[in-house]
Amino acid sequence: MPYPTDPSNKFQQYAHPEALVSTEWVDQNKGSDGLVIIECDEDILLFETGHIPGAVKLDWHTELNHPVSRDYLNGKDMAALFSSKGISRDDTLVIYGDKSNWWATYAFWVIKLFGHEDVRIMDGGRAKWVAEGRELVATVEPRPQTEYPVVERNDKDIRAFKEDVLAHFGKPLIDVRSPQEYSGERLHMPDYPDEGAPRGGHIPTAASVPWAKAVNEDQTFKNIGELNEIYRDQAGISDASDVIAYCRIGERSSHTWFVLKYLLGIPKVRNYDGSWTEWGSAVRVPIVKGTEPGAVPVGL
Amino acid sequence: MPKAAKLDLLLEYADGLPDLPARYQDHPELMERVEECQSPVFLFTELDSELVSVYLTAPIEAPTTRGFAAILQSALTGQKPKTVLEFDDAFINALGLTELVSPLRIRGMHGMLQRIKRQVREKLDASN
Repeated sequence: MPYPTDPSNKFQQYAHPEALVSTEWVDQNKGSDGLVIIECDEDILLFETGHIPGAVKLDWHTELNHPVSRDYLNGKDMAALFSSKGISRDDTLVIYGDKSNWWATYAFWVIKLFGHEDVRIMDGGRAKWVAEGRELVATVEPRPQTEYPVVERNDKDIRAFKEDVLAHFGKPLIDVRSPQEYSGERLHMPDYPDEGAPRGGHIPTAASVPWAKAVNEDQTFKNIGELNEIYRDQAGISDASDVIAYCRIGERSSHTWFVLKYLLGIPKVRNYDGSWTEWGSAVRVPIVKGTEPGAVPVGL
Repeated sequence: MPKAAKLDLLLEYADGLPDLPARYQDHPELMERVEECQSPVFLFTELDSELVSVYLTAPIEAPTTRGFAAILQSALTGQKPKTVLEFDDAFINALGLTELVSPLRIRGMHGMLQRIKRQVREKLDASN
């Protein structure tokens, strides 16, 4: 039974206010039946140092991926995972994490591949909770197992593959990496050396809109006026657009996917999770270096 | 060791990372940044009476990084320079953390070890 939404004024400006909750709302509602708070961080030990009381840990690195192939877990494994965490199909899930909810939105996106209906992001993430001096606990309360149903993953609506991108030229592509990765100056994220690809640059015609442009210093999302300026005015996205976003492995681009789909209300947005680690390593795909988006490749 | 136990141990190390002595707290410019790490990690080695001391800092909000730093600090401090220089990098993989953390993190730890070794080598050369 979906939980009531957070009526905060801040969220009403967005296309889908029901997808966001505030730290205050979480503080008041935590511990209630039917609500599961999930922490998903880049640093896998952060949860252990302290988390929102009652929160469940979701480890993006070990729990969301297929054990052998470069893919996400299947329906059966998802059912087992969520059952072990005591999550039910009709629970309201609230996800938060470190680094401006970068990994929380990644978990959100993966969970949406399985069609879980009520999933929300806590605006400002872990940093805001900590900055506000709210309670953190290190203890983990055991949760009774549930029977989460086996739901086959649906990759059609919000996930893009390399073949989709090759067929996408002429429609908006957003590269959310740093300007240096976009131009090909750097093969990898600043601070993430060696996780690169043999080739640098970007997918032809992609607009450069680094993901962090969407958040404030305190890690909350920017207001709708600023987001419209960034994505609609500068990057030329409209409600009629069919957008694909990408980064390195699809984790930063799920943040932008969330912003486009839930805050701006763009109906057709997909995340290309193969992203640059795939495109920059793939044989015979077109690449553009430098600061200009480049032209639609011919003769593909 | 089961995964949960490994994480607990890593966290214990993270909590136990010693604070920097005042001479480095007051002079951060003496420390070397470990560029291979995603978080700001700084280190400095000393060679005193033929024994190595290693000092590392990593932010509180990066417990995994602090855990790694503490493991290295504890393994290398008080060792002879030769031991440190011959320290096998494969030790990092042998810790069994590779399934728990991303390859980026493992590279960060290698970066820490490489820089420690390089500093020890430089200090040995200078004293000869």
